Amino acid sequence: MKILKIIAIILLVAFVGIQFIPTERNQSDTVPPTDFMLVHNVPETIQNKLQVSCYDCHSNNTQYPWYNKVQPAAWFLEDHIKEGKAELNFSEWDSLSSRRKKSKLRSIVKQIENGEMPLDSYTLIHKDAILSKDEAEEIIGFITQLKNSL
Amino acid sequence: MKNLKMSIAGMLLLAISFTNAHAKEKMNHNQSDMKMNHSTMKMDKMNNPTAEAVLADYFTMKDALVGDDSKKAAQAGTKLMASLKAFDMKSYSKEDQKELADIIEDAMEHAEHISESPIDHQREHFKTLSKDITDMVAITGTKNTLYEQFCPMYDKGSAWLSTSKEVRNPYYGSGMLKCGKVQKTIQ
Repeated sequence: MKILKIIAIILLVAFVGIQFIPTERNQSDTVPPTDFMLVHNVPETIQNKLQVSCYDCHSNNTQYPWYNKVQPAAWFLEDHIKEGKAELNFSEWDSLSSRRKKSKLRSIVKQIENGEMPLDSYTLIHKDAILSKDEAEEIIGFITQLKNSL
Repeated sequence: MKNLKMSIAGMLLLAISFTNAHAKEKMNHNQSDMKMNHSTMKMDKMNNPTAEAVLADYFTMKDALVGDDSKKAAQAGTKLMASLKAFDMKSYSKEDQKELADIIEDAMEHAEHISESPIDHQREHFKTLSKDITDMVAITGTKNTLYEQFCPMYDKGSAWLSTSKEVRNPYYGSGMLKCGKVQKTIQ
């Protein structure tokens, strides 16, 4: 029992300790002119949906949940955001060539069609990020049309 | 109190496994970067060995997908990333260089996805990759005769390149091996 106590104390100290390790915050006050919404004429309903369902990990501005303040949850989020932005960053959309844009748009459609995005681990907490069948179809329709027009 | 202890322990374990996974991922990336470094070879415009190397890896990948072999396709993806990276574009015009750089950046991303995905996702990326490689060949040319083949069924119609006239479909594999036709011969 004593050894359990010691372990618990060590863990507690470590847990408190890791809270002091800084995390990178993905937040920005301005929307750059390269943002997807500014470059293309996106219908408002789709704008809202993209903002809620995609922009947290695929733009330069994340709406952080409260638990972002607690490690190791914050690391987990940081990692997801980094990975998400590496694949697709709506904030820097217009810096892509038209070949790259088409490629990304196609991947967006495929990811939504296959139900892989938004991630299950994300929609588990962000219930409002879930795409209904109609919403998914609406977005896919818009993105496909946009891709064909590029 | 016991519950609290358990949850603290759980959190820490989680934290440790995340950092571990991170380190592993980084190592994998380094490995794939190391191979292939022969971009200093001499060449003329019609015969660019680095372009041929890209094509060779592309065809290995195509054959793996024809054979429904996801693992082999993934390996070809890793190799293709290296050969794309080693692509030598010095001998092309400024305009072509810009186009080639764009093609390579795009192809690189598809190759990366193919190197780490299940077969359905590999095939999705193979479609866009095929477009990239076809556009590359249009600029670089190649010493072999290639056949651009087309399957009207996969994803509203999809093309790919082959060194053989005979159709072997990489998008369906054994599911529909001979679906498609030759739509263009590239000499």
